[in-house]
Amino acid sequence: MVPAVPAELLAARAQMAFTLGFHIILACLGVALPTIVLIANAIGLRRHDPAALLLARRWSTVMAVTFAVGAVTGTVLSFEMGLLWPVLMGRFGGAFGIPFAVEGLFFFLEAIFIAIYIYGWRHLSPRAHLLSGLPVAISGIGGTFSVVAANAWMNQPAGFVLGPDGRVVTVAPLEVIFNRATVYEVPHMLLAAYMVTGFLLASVYAVGLLRGRADRYVRLGFVIPFILAVVAAPLQVVVGDIAARSVLADQPAKFAAMELITRTGPRQPETLGGILVDGQVVGGIQVPDVASLLAGFSPDTVITGLDAIPVDQQPPASIVHLSWDAMVGLGTLLVLLGLWSLFLRWRRRDYATTRWFLRAAALSGVAAVVAMEAGWIVTEVGRQPWIVYLVLRTTDAVTHSAGVEATFVAVVGLYAALGIGLLVALGGLARRWAAQDAAAGGRAGVAGDDAVPYGPADRTGGAAG
Amino acid sequence: MSALQATAIVLWLGLTTYAVFGGADFGAGIWDLAAGGSERGLRPRALIADAIGPVWEANHTWLIFDLVILQTAFPPAFAAIMSTLFVPLCLAALGIVLRGAAFAFRPLATGYAGRRAAGAIFAASSFVTPFFLGAAGGAIASGRVPVGNAVGDPWSSWLNPTSVLIGALAVATCAYLAAVFLVFDARRQDPDLVAYFLRRATLAAVVAGALAVAGIVVLRVDAPSLADELTRRGWPLVLASGLLGTAALLLLRRNAPRGTRSLAVGAVVAVVWGWGLAQYPDILPGELSLADAAAPAGSLDALLIVFVLAALLIAPSLALLYLLDQRSRLSGHGLGSDVATNVTTAGLPSEGGNSKT
Repeated sequence: MVPAVPAELLAARAQMAFTLGFHIILACLGVALPTIVLIANAIGLRRHDPAALLLARRWSTVMAVTFAVGAVTGTVLSFEMGLLWPVLMGRFGGAFGIPFAVEGLFFFLEAIFIAIYIYGWRHLSPRAHLLSGLPVAISGIGGTFSVVAANAWMNQPAGFVLGPDGRVVTVAPLEVIFNRATVYEVPHMLLAAYMVTGFLLASVYAVGLLRGRADRYVRLGFVIPFILAVVAAPLQVVVGDIAARSVLADQPAKFAAMELITRTGPRQPETLGGILVDGQVVGGIQVPDVASLLAGFSPDTVITGLDAIPVDQQPPASIVHLSWDAMVGLGTLLVLLGLWSLFLRWRRRDYATTRWFLRAAALSGVAAVVAMEAGWIVTEVGRQPWIVYLVLRTTDAVTHSAGVEATFVAVVGLYAALGIGLLVALGGLARRWAAQDAAAGGRAGVAGDDAVPYGPADRTGGAAG
Repeated sequence: MSALQATAIVLWLGLTTYAVFGGADFGAGIWDLAAGGSERGLRPRALIADAIGPVWEANHTWLIFDLVILQTAFPPAFAAIMSTLFVPLCLAALGIVLRGAAFAFRPLATGYAGRRAAGAIFAASSFVTPFFLGAAGGAIASGRVPVGNAVGDPWSSWLNPTSVLIGALAVATCAYLAAVFLVFDARRQDPDLVAYFLRRATLAAVVAGALAVAGIVVLRVDAPSLADELTRRGWPLVLASGLLGTAALLLLRRNAPRGTRSLAVGAVVAVVWGWGLAQYPDILPGELSLADAAAPAGSLDALLIVFVLAALLIAPSLALLYLLDQRSRLSGHGLGSDVATNVTTAGLPSEGGNSKT
């Protein structure tokens, strides 16, 4: 018998999922955008390319705005860990809090150096300015590592000993941070961040190319993020494959839900689509033996099915499975998009005039975001009913405070406004820049309010602010 | 000194830093709110935006720092505070979201109406957020947060004379601190505004002083144990806070600005540590001691290591940021105006600080 679910648990889970699902997009931008800005900046300096410098400058404005909004939504998450899950923090804060402390360090550094980098456009020498951006990119990666290590700990809790009264009596910080799931979750999320940011940014310029603007500025704006993303995509297949096989070993219930495996045994089929109704797979296409083959390179690989998991310890399998399919499917399409671009290059065709390629590229940003969110649902919903795997149930961790339904409604409204505000602000920037480029006679970066601050002529290193 | 004491000191250092930097930041927003119509308020608002533009994210990172230390080092206290004080802390979080988002969007807003709406949200949330945080602090200090999952009263824990008074005092203190800083900024950038912010610093100081005096009576009646501890152990610091605050104001009024900012900061530091001394060695007064709330030694050691790393890495970075900010503002280009000019076209009126150049 599944225990009754209190209303506040549903509201708390919905609020956590919603705010995290929102923040994670901004977090991806915060992690990967600095790298892309620095690449454009470095190209601009090395090749004395004003278009690349202008891109770097404009992207750094986008970076500053999305970072500011991400800082706010991240602060909300810090509050929510306690406001929604006081028992999780009250019992395990001594272990679970450690990676967050490390994350705070990286976040702080990122905030400081983003301000310095933005400032540096006017006031620092080109070299010093470029260098001031490095800590931004590095702390973005460090922050991802820490925060994903915390999530990995929820999947593979380690580094603590429980006393007889259930309190944590000893903590081994390094074992907390480097738990079994950290090694595969961190690279998986990091690559996802580069894919999401790269494809999102590239899709903006793909639209520009489709509209017939094909100067060097727009081409570079497409190529820099696109290359980063299509290099990350196949690497992600490898990392994701390792992650999935580790989940099979570490969290059999999650894996059974991902692959809709109902009965333990060998020769498990790969189910594409379909849902679970009363323990039976309904709909979808089943490819014989493939799940076993992928999991252990042999059709005889035995995979644990949901029948081996007590009912009150099973995750909601259909959601996990469909999300898994969505992530893998979209990820595969994104790899194919990269191969398509290689094919075009091999046949010496100009991608900028291949309209079907550009249309696909214009959709790649949304596809990458959906794939990333789906992957996040797999890891989070697939862990249910546990908040700390096999240690603490989500239902036992939730606040007893009344009013979570109200805060959930408020948060949905607030974040909708925040999202719209962000899109309107970024849209306004884009229009303003387009107007400036038009006023400059279609040649971006040679005139106007934000003409590049230091350029090819300025090789002596002095800032021409 | 034990790891426990060291961690408690780090927690209180973080709280102090947030009270000073976050407080000045909130206070600047309060003066933005009180700057009047858009015509009249243009110049003070420009000065305010320029003063906090580059550093507001760093200022509020201290809050995250505090939350992380509390949850890692003293988990049961964190759980008790976050669950019993669900309402004021949700409202504070709401204020932080609105404030941060509005401040980020304001220089980007193309239309006058949009910029005004963003400005109003920014200013109003600057006013209410320190109140809720102060009220939550008052709830903790007056022993109204019991151990457990939402065991305390969700409303009377923070809607009581002590909490409301401390919330109001927090608002007044933020306003005072910001006004003192802005007098200093005005002296260099827009001398006409010196008298303007001096009047406001005086007003805030008078309000804060009146609230502090009222607090003597209120605490006696409403939170006698807190009043006892304050008079027994915390009094030298509380007294020092009043003296430092008054001294800063008198010096400013006599046009002797040197050291006034340090004196004003000292006033805030003294009152935060007075509170800490009064409730030591408890983390939830009368409910939970630091020792009983403490996480295992491994957690505290890890936190202290992170703290040392933070001091080694962040302190110089932050110093660099403030140094560059000061230097560029001397030359007429604040970081705030950099961000603003980066995103606004010439000719568009910007509240982000272009107006002075």
